Amino acid sequence: MTAYVIRRLLSTLVVMAVVAFVVFSLLYLTPGDPAAVIAGDIATSEDIARIHERLGLDDPFLVQFARWVRALAHGDLGTSIFTNLPVTQLIAQRVEPTLSLTLCTLVVAIAVAVPMGVLAAAKAGTWFDRAVMAFSVLGFSVPVFVLAYILILTLSVQLDWLPVQGYRNFRDGVWEWLRHLILPSIALGTVYVALIARMTRASMLDVLSQDYVRTAQAKGLAPDQVLLGHALKNAAIPIVTIIGIGVALLISGAIVTETVFALPGIGRLTVDAILRRDYPIIQGVTLLFSAVYVLVNLAVDLSYALFDPRIRY
Amino acid sequence: MTKQGGYRWVAVLGALMLAAVLGTPIASAQGQKVLKFIPQADLRILDPITTTAYITRNHGYMVYDTLFATDAKFQVQPQMVDKYEVSNDKLTYTFTLRDGLKFHDGQPVRSTDCIASVERWAKRDALGQKLAEVTDSWKAVDDKTFTLKLKRPFPLALEALAKPSSNVPFIMPERIAKTDASTNITDPIGSGPFKFVKEEWVPGSKVVYVKNTDYIPRKEPPSWAAGGKVVKVDRVEWIYIPDSATAAAALNAGEVDWWEQMPPDLIPVLAKNKSVKVENIDPLGSMGLLRFNFLYPPFNNQKMRQAILYAIDQNDYVLGIAGDAKNGHPCYSFFTCGTPLASEVGAEPLKGKRDFEKAKQLIKEAGYKGEKIVIIDATDQPIVHSQSLLTAEALRKLGLNVDLQAGDWGTLITRRSSKEPLDKGGWSIFHTWLVGPDVTSPAVNFAVRGSGQKGWFGWPEDAKIEELREAWFAATDAAASKKAADAVQARAFDFVPYVPTAQFILPTAYRTNLTGMIIAPMTLMWNVEKR
Repeated sequence: MTAYVIRRLLSTLVVMAVVAFVVFSLLYLTPGDPAAVIAGDIATSEDIARIHERLGLDDPFLVQFARWVRALAHGDLGTSIFTNLPVTQLIAQRVEPTLSLTLCTLVVAIAVAVPMGVLAAAKAGTWFDRAVMAFSVLGFSVPVFVLAYILILTLSVQLDWLPVQGYRNFRDGVWEWLRHLILPSIALGTVYVALIARMTRASMLDVLSQDYVRTAQAKGLAPDQVLLGHALKNAAIPIVTIIGIGVALLISGAIVTETVFALPGIGRLTVDAILRRDYPIIQGVTLLFSAVYVLVNLAVDLSYALFDPRIRY
Repeated sequence: MTKQGGYRWVAVLGALMLAAVLGTPIASAQGQKVLKFIPQADLRILDPITTTAYITRNHGYMVYDTLFATDAKFQVQPQMVDKYEVSNDKLTYTFTLRDGLKFHDGQPVRSTDCIASVERWAKRDALGQKLAEVTDSWKAVDDKTFTLKLKRPFPLALEALAKPSSNVPFIMPERIAKTDASTNITDPIGSGPFKFVKEEWVPGSKVVYVKNTDYIPRKEPPSWAAGGKVVKVDRVEWIYIPDSATAAAALNAGEVDWWEQMPPDLIPVLAKNKSVKVENIDPLGSMGLLRFNFLYPPFNNQKMRQAILYAIDQNDYVLGIAGDAKNGHPCYSFFTCGTPLASEVGAEPLKGKRDFEKAKQLIKEAGYKGEKIVIIDATDQPIVHSQSLLTAEALRKLGLNVDLQAGDWGTLITRRSSKEPLDKGGWSIFHTWLVGPDVTSPAVNFAVRGSGQKGWFGWPEDAKIEELREAWFAATDAAASKKAADAVQARAFDFVPYVPTAQFILPTAYRTNLTGMIIAPMTLMWNVEKR
């Protein structure tokens, strides 16, 4: 197991190196010039050329890439072209809101979706099952931003129950922190509730038709025991896989949610950096995202062994 | 301890723990008057000299002060300067600073700080460069007195030092002002009415300023950036909300106090709320413009440019940009309507009923051979996008071969700096807008110039316009200045360096418990009171 984990972690480095090179190349080829953005609307070509020179943007691709890799080897992700702040500092400022949003969304999604899917499978063909399926279709179909606006309009503007926008740090108080996350988590989590509930139902239906479940029922085990003790554990692998994919998808979903609810998270940092061509931030954030993706996949793979003793690494 | 007493202790402890967990938030803002403001853009660059971005200019007005300032009557007023003298030969200006001026780091403002700041500004700003051209020397006489010696009289010397919009000659400590003029400063220490709180700055989200309690305002009432800068709140938070629907909801719900610029389509949403006021507090608004590329056909031909004048209907652009005729109007002038040099001299081709026949006649005379016309558009900038669509439509009506290429603002501002032909990523037309104070005269309206490759994107070259501009600089009184500006404009309508498309105002919206907003062409936050 340890050797497997080490091997996977080493492969993470290779993945990140490839991602870094591809992203750097794409940014080099993409139209857009941070010097023009810095100079502002009233600048002349000479102003832009001066800024270009100062930032080293005229250097050949390989020179720029080598400079970036050299800094990276020293743990330096570079400095934002615009704010002159270190990329690590900018990312650190934004980690907490994104992490909070992701965690809350995951907790809400799992807490709602798994029981929903299990019950839908147990009551397959009933009105409850159909309602869960209808909700799943709706959850997939409504875009995050539409749901977000509906929530803002009803729960914030009309009822004044929850804040429209913004984020409070955890250290400012749990309730304040949570209040600012409820709407974004619901908006972002709905699609994952739909996804996980559907997958849980399908997986459970598959397991519930197996012989050992019939045997357990024939032995007189309570329905709850059969459902949770026998069936759910065996149905868990596809569910965990879909949750893992969901975590990866959450990162892209968070970009929209953070924009609508004005949460200062990594998603917005990325979008803003792309719009103004702040290359060091884009590169830094992409590296971070690729590491998260790979580590989440590793965690999912390792969790298989917990649910299925036949799996060994 | 009795059983009852034990329960009480448990209850008290439980309550304390609950309070700790549920939290008593944000002690820093308690008991303070906090003004929460949604700016029109995200503040990314702190240096108001390296960039001309208006958000950075507004940040500059928070943090820095200026030697002089222009008031609502377009008069220059001393600001940091207490008194000044001009020698009889108009070649020497002697300035004396006010008492008690102090930077945010506690250091006094000295003559050397002012000189270094103005010299840095003059390396970047067009009017500053003009002043530098005629400057013989800046000299510090003592800590509070300094002189400006000119090589020849320059009637606009004080106007330059009072320039209200980008780039504004803000005063910084000498150690900071010595930074290369192309390198962003990172230490926003000024002597202005607010202090920047760097530790709380979250780029892309929040900017925090606190009242500068050491600031000594002038006694005069505020008028634009002139007069007393009396701060009436303890703290200002700029909360950047990129999504306009969310910004409207936040203002409606009272989570923020003031939204600097709102899109016109959201006015009805806010107008229903009696606690919110939608108002125009910008007396000059902004000017839309259509810029040609002079390097390649077909707009390197004067008649082609003149033809466009006959086809553009400014009323359409007002509606397209501002959504409502109440928020804009046609302005048939190269200089901001409502300012002293505005006029309609030579504007006949742009005014009145649109004459497509005349336009087609000019196109024929120009020998247009169906060359492609690439309009670069930025769909993420509604002001640019609406103008691009209207221009494409007008040009198609003239039978021109239009290729409207949509992208984002970041791509547009990169592409427009390209001097390549169309098949190598070049362009024929782009649109933008400039705030009113940036277009008030031949000195600041850089788009009307004919300085060729060294000039603004599009690179029109016209010796005549440059000559007339120089003549305007030499004008010594208001009447001569107006006459010279009219001559520049008459030539501009003939040469057509660009087409003015409309004058418009993006309204501001604020909660009715705010008072004291300064009517000015830039957003100023002193004098604003929150009840």
